[in-house]
Amino acid sequence: MSSSNLSAAYWRGFRHGLPFLLVIVPFGVLFGVAGTEAGLNLAEVMGFSILVIAGASQFTAVQLMSDHAPVILVLLTSLAVNLRMAMYSASLAPHLGAASRWHKSLVAYFMVDQAYAMAIADYERAPEQSLAEKLAYYAGVCTPICPQWYVSTLAGAVLGAAIPAEFALDFAAPITFLAMLGPALRSFAHVAAAAVSVGVALALAFLPSGLGLLIAAVAAMGTGAQVELWMARGAAR
Amino acid sequence: MTGYSPLEIWTIIIVMGIGTFFLRYSFLGLAGKRPLPAWALRYLRYTPVAVLPGLVAPLVIWPTATGGAFDPARLIAAVVTIAVGVLSRNTLAAILGGLAALYLGLWLIG
Repeated sequence: MSSSNLSAAYWRGFRHGLPFLLVIVPFGVLFGVAGTEAGLNLAEVMGFSILVIAGASQFTAVQLMSDHAPVILVLLTSLAVNLRMAMYSASLAPHLGAASRWHKSLVAYFMVDQAYAMAIADYERAPEQSLAEKLAYYAGVCTPICPQWYVSTLAGAVLGAAIPAEFALDFAAPITFLAMLGPALRSFAHVAAAAVSVGVALALAFLPSGLGLLIAAVAAMGTGAQVELWMARGAAR
Repeated sequence: MTGYSPLEIWTIIIVMGIGTFFLRYSFLGLAGKRPLPAWALRYLRYTPVAVLPGLVAPLVIWPTATGGAFDPARLIAAVVTIAVGVLSRNTLAAILGGLAALYLGLWLIG
């Protein structure tokens, strides 16, 4: 393994992660603002972003704490939002499972939606890459994303409520997730899975936060796999 | 924060941090050298398209900023983001398209 290959993989990842700055920064600022408005002090807001480093669940926790939910409910619900991370972990395991425990711990700590989505797309496009190249690519994607999450959270917490609502920062997260989704809709099976995910998640929106999403995701994965099998049989006929 | 002691707040933060780490580490940490079976890979291939749409759909239909009231500007922005992403296969283009549609929509329809 030459170091130039590793360097190339790292910088390719860096370039692929760079666009997410545009949404990570507003999203992080918004979390800082939301946490401060909910009454958390600076250390507590930064504690969330550094120790949890998972935007959607951080927002869920702060939202529930604003509603004075019991501690155990705050924990269960916000962790349920992160259950998808176990699926990300399983999906990255065939590519990164052979790495050292230390490397896998770093991969796990930095496993945000954007890093996962970029990495799995890259590994599936070029599965023959070495483990070191795959890790370098992952580190590259995380570099423009994860440290900026801390910095922008800090900026939001310090700026407080000075940012006007007209900036619609609340919609930075949905736009990020949707922007990752478009390029991932590669086949009819992917589109079918996405449609089932939307339908079930909306139908089960009355369930406690995170639970409906989990059921929707399992139903959608089953749909994608089944449609793929049907299409493969149709093509073989 | 009303109703929570600093101890309770830090308990939430630390338990969430540890729990989230172990969710992320779970399968990676347990992974053997043998590849996963074909059926498992077939399911996992659909993880992103199974989770992201379900995560976003309620945020698009019932936006937090409007207190859950339907907002045409946000729906249009969501549709434009998906459309640009599908057509261009480019995440940055999709983000810029979505933000442009959102701000245009908010400016036009308020």
